[in-house]
Amino acid sequence: MSHFGAYEDRAKNFSWDISEKELGYEPGDPINIGWYCSDRLCQMGKADRTALIWEGMTGESRKYTYNDVRLTTNTIGAFLRGLGIQAGDRVCLFMDRIPELYLGFVGVLKIGAIAQPLFSAFGEESLFVRLEDAQTRAIITTRKHVGKVRRILEQMPFLEHIIIVDHDGKRELKEREVAFSLDTATPVEKLEIHPTKAESPSVLHYTSGTTGQPKGVQHVHYSLISQYLTAKWVLDLKDDDIYWCTADPGWVTGTSYGIIAPFALGVTQCVQDIGFSADNWYRFIEKHRVTVWYSAPTAIRSLMKAGDEVVKKYDMSSLRHLASVGEPLNAEAVHWSLRVFNMPFHDTYWQTETGSIMITNFPGMKVKPGSMGRAFPGITSTVLDMKTYEPINERGRIGLIAVQPGWPAMMRTYWNNPETYKKKFVNGWYLTGDRSSIDSEGYFWFAGRDDDIINTAGHLVSPFEVESALLEHQAVAESAVVAKPDEVNMEVVKAFVTLKPGFEPTADLELEIMNFIRKKLSPLAMPQEIEYMPSLPKTRSGKIMRRMLRAKEWGEEIGDTSTLDNE
Amino acid sequence: MDDMKQVVLAYVKNEYLEDEDEEINFDTPLISGGIVDSFSMVSLKRFLENKYKISIPDDKATPEAFDSVNRIVAVVREFVK
Repeated sequence: MSHFGAYEDRAKNFSWDISEKELGYEPGDPINIGWYCSDRLCQMGKADRTALIWEGMTGESRKYTYNDVRLTTNTIGAFLRGLGIQAGDRVCLFMDRIPELYLGFVGVLKIGAIAQPLFSAFGEESLFVRLEDAQTRAIITTRKHVGKVRRILEQMPFLEHIIIVDHDGKRELKEREVAFSLDTATPVEKLEIHPTKAESPSVLHYTSGTTGQPKGVQHVHYSLISQYLTAKWVLDLKDDDIYWCTADPGWVTGTSYGIIAPFALGVTQCVQDIGFSADNWYRFIEKHRVTVWYSAPTAIRSLMKAGDEVVKKYDMSSLRHLASVGEPLNAEAVHWSLRVFNMPFHDTYWQTETGSIMITNFPGMKVKPGSMGRAFPGITSTVLDMKTYEPINERGRIGLIAVQPGWPAMMRTYWNNPETYKKKFVNGWYLTGDRSSIDSEGYFWFAGRDDDIINTAGHLVSPFEVESALLEHQAVAESAVVAKPDEVNMEVVKAFVTLKPGFEPTADLELEIMNFIRKKLSPLAMPQEIEYMPSLPKTRSGKIMRRMLRAKEWGEEIGDTSTLDNE
Repeated sequence: MDDMKQVVLAYVKNEYLEDEDEEINFDTPLISGGIVDSFSMVSLKRFLENKYKISIPDDKATPEAFDSVNRIVAVVREFVK
């Protein structure tokens, strides 16, 4: 029997009080996610329960009980305080999926500082713009990634501390660097938890915008209320579950449902810091007897591509619930999982800005393959007419997905950017930037983005950011970046460029430009294809017509070209 | 053959290795070892195609087939005339 039960029963008389009561929170009380993820579990008698099982790239593994989580996060929190980090300071976590990332995140929250996780594959330019915008005071990283920090250090006078968690003493520490090791640090038994309140800032996740630089989505400690309940009802996490969330905590799924929710619920979670391969993933599920698995369509499609024979080599009988997030889950993937695992992947829909699941397929509910599911109880969601921003009552008509503000995990602002934040709300609705229709049973059906943002393997990439970086390459005169359809990643980045005089459009130059973007921004942002053009289509006012290039890639009608400059 | 191995190893070291202290050899797991991710694999494939004037079909450029220098060289050899 799932936690959720019947949808109508749950939706009737829903209140977030349910979650507040289960967490023992009274409005006005202090609420600190870090405490809820560690100390509270120990006080509830779960100190000896395994909280985290970790496997690394070279076969090493580590295991932490909830008491270990309490002690290690105390130790990290105390260390940061010793450096002078205070409540409200931004502390960046820039690491692969190692235990210090998970424990560091909780430790930062315990002292009331703001955790700013960044994807470890980010290149130095991507790193710099995010650290500069947040005026980050400290960064926790590893030997592998510190080189990127060092290369931009001179531009970052605000960054006072670079904490290296795996310093081995072979090389000297450089300016502003300090070593910290959980293996050698004296465990801190008692740490004064900062008494954050519901509206105290907790996490700062950066997300891509259509124009302009990435936006820092600021969340608060009260987000726990909806992260906890959605994980319980949608992911159906129960006391004895072994849970695996495959998302990287550099992105919001990896923190909301890869750290906060599973720890707050007191389940055992597994983490694998190993590159993708079907064999690795199935072996991991078999070895740890994973029961609940939260993954992403790109990974699912990659597993499908690897074929059914691979999965047959492993014992998957421990699995009891599967969910997916990041991109629309195509119907074929649901049919495949029904065939291979004898259960469907349940699509969940939400965003960095929403902080927790908004629209979803619940355990026990009829899954319509290809549908996003229904709104979570307490979430009022609809589709709006794209011109009037009024709700569409007609079933099946496509509009903008919108949500009524007020759920606990909703972002509170964009860091340093209140104007852009305000633009996300129209007529009392939060605009997601996605389009869908709603059928007669209230199921949402995804229809695409309402902007030029590229969703590649569940990660959003800003065409503007890639175009700007392309212009920094010595050979590129002009650039336009669009999404190109891709069988596995849904979309990938494609660039159209014109070259400066003296440069030839060769295959080697294409590779050079690809690698330039990969290192500067990230592998996700690297164009998988670059097309050389004699000129880019522009309006008479000189604006590049990205939509024409996109339409070409998707085999769509080009639409109105009356403003095209034919000169 | 050995020259090709050295060329590919040097390229992987120069382009993808973040940790300057990390040592890799012909058998080091590249994809499953987290040195080359699935997106970066596209640029690695493009390098091999440019360098050896070949075209590697997508179904041959799998994470498993690209998981070490030795395996990559075996794939490339299939297509080099």
